[in-house]
Amino acid sequence: MIEILQTGPLNTVQDLGRPGYRNIGVTASGAMDPLALSVGNLLVGNAAGEAGIEVQTFPFRVRFTARQRFALTGADCAARLDGREILTWWSMEAQPGQVLELTQPLKDARAYLCFDGGVAVAPVLGSRSTSLRGAFGGLGGRSLATGDEIGVGTDVPDGFYPKDGFGVRPPVDALADFFPPAEDGLLTIRAIPAGEHDLFGKDAERFWSQSWKISSRSDRTGFRLSGVPIQPTETVEMRSHGVMPGVVQVPPAGEPIVQMSDANTAGGYPKIAGVLETDLWRLGQARIGSSLRFCRASHADAYAAERAIKAYLDDIIQTRRLLFQALSAMA
Amino acid sequence: MSALQAKTLSAPDHISPNSDALARISSIGARAFLIEAPGAFDLPGQRRIWALSRTLTAREDVVEVVPGMTNLLVILRDIPQDPTALASDLQACWRQASEVDIAGREIEIAVTYGGEHATDLPALCDFSRLTDREIVRIHYEGTYRVFALGSAPGFGYLHGLDPRIHMPRKTVPSLNMARGCVTIGGAQTGVAVLTGPNGWNSIGYAELRMFDPEADSPAVMAPGDIVRFRAERIEL
Repeated sequence: MIEILQTGPLNTVQDLGRPGYRNIGVTASGAMDPLALSVGNLLVGNAAGEAGIEVQTFPFRVRFTARQRFALTGADCAARLDGREILTWWSMEAQPGQVLELTQPLKDARAYLCFDGGVAVAPVLGSRSTSLRGAFGGLGGRSLATGDEIGVGTDVPDGFYPKDGFGVRPPVDALADFFPPAEDGLLTIRAIPAGEHDLFGKDAERFWSQSWKISSRSDRTGFRLSGVPIQPTETVEMRSHGVMPGVVQVPPAGEPIVQMSDANTAGGYPKIAGVLETDLWRLGQARIGSSLRFCRASHADAYAAERAIKAYLDDIIQTRRLLFQALSAMA
Repeated sequence: MSALQAKTLSAPDHISPNSDALARISSIGARAFLIEAPGAFDLPGQRRIWALSRTLTAREDVVEVVPGMTNLLVILRDIPQDPTALASDLQACWRQASEVDIAGREIEIAVTYGGEHATDLPALCDFSRLTDREIVRIHYEGTYRVFALGSAPGFGYLHGLDPRIHMPRKTVPSLNMARGCVTIGGAQTGVAVLTGPNGWNSIGYAELRMFDPEADSPAVMAPGDIVRFRAERIEL
């Protein structure tokens, strides 16, 4: 079990979400950086899709009540275990009574805390992700609060780990060749033109060329972007249709909204683009106030990125297996 | 108290000939496509969307379909290597989609018209030039069809609202409209499922809870269902 000693608002239990219920209006939810959550789970011997804790407001402090293997991935929060600095993208064991503290990261937005055995909350509609809007899933459908006690872990820890734990290269390094580098300090996010793209005429070109700043009115539902507004050349009456994370909609004021993990399931604003699903983890780590540029991409780009991510995760699974084998032979 | 009466209609699926007009197909990211039916926002168009939804749900390469208003979002299992071929394939499916009338259930929803929750009834009177009594009567005398669910868990978009009481969505949404408010948004009506910001116009209140995530069937409504509102109380 863990006890929450200190938390900001909007930190939640998340797994990889509950896709499959958009047809009854249920948002998929899930980690904003699904890659970091997956790696965290693999580092503690779980399947990639177990639930962990998404921390997006700091400081965040938890006390372990029992011996517990855990991993910390995502944003580097200068984490400390009983005051001793520990690494991100690393798996290690906490002793009963130890306190883990995460502080505001200098870059990136979200950290993930995963536990061998996962988080013991009941799945709702096939997922342990918190749906704040629907008020279900996760811990009672709400954000974590100081004083919460959350069941984590397993009675039978499995696997063999080095004494000081082990870690992996963060995806931003390991996958550098497969994602466009930042240009002029701007995060580059790849997207494919969507249904109403051409309706924006010359403004469509400006959508791709100008930089967009992530506004403070952004959250897990969507990122509102500030910049020189773009307008369609004519007003079209749109019928409400299904949407998913990554869709870039343009409301009448002309400043785009990118739907994120808690995306609405339906929308009717003209949509200019759809961010590649493989690039959403990078957007999920982008901070409010930072800027980005969209880069026009193809299905082939998405396919290549997806294969690279899969190879990276497979490599971690393979390394973990070899490590367990070697250490069990020595034990 | 609210009342829910449900029964399965015994009529078989109604099939009618398909039309030749092409659907509009566009991408949302690399793994999803939006198929938009040509033509009017009407029941025949929606019936073909229901048929298409059924066809595509059965496909191995499709993980999720989300029906909208005469359109369908299709989410694929894998990123297609040849998106152009996939789009042609979806177009062929659309051409073959005949109108299917889903054998929906009949749902009766008890409503308190007027009263504290009917915050937008006066504005609707001004807009429609009808009295509140007339508006309420027109609303409960209607028979509605669930076209699709979306926007919030279990929220059904109901088609069939009498044009005399169509009312545009508000430019400034109500910040804290209660779950259960019976609302009008443009040509559609529905029952709010979450308390929160809402741009539709409230004319009454229903006790019936439209969504329970723990239930075997979490949403009360399903596409194709026939909905009637019963005036349990009128507080004008």
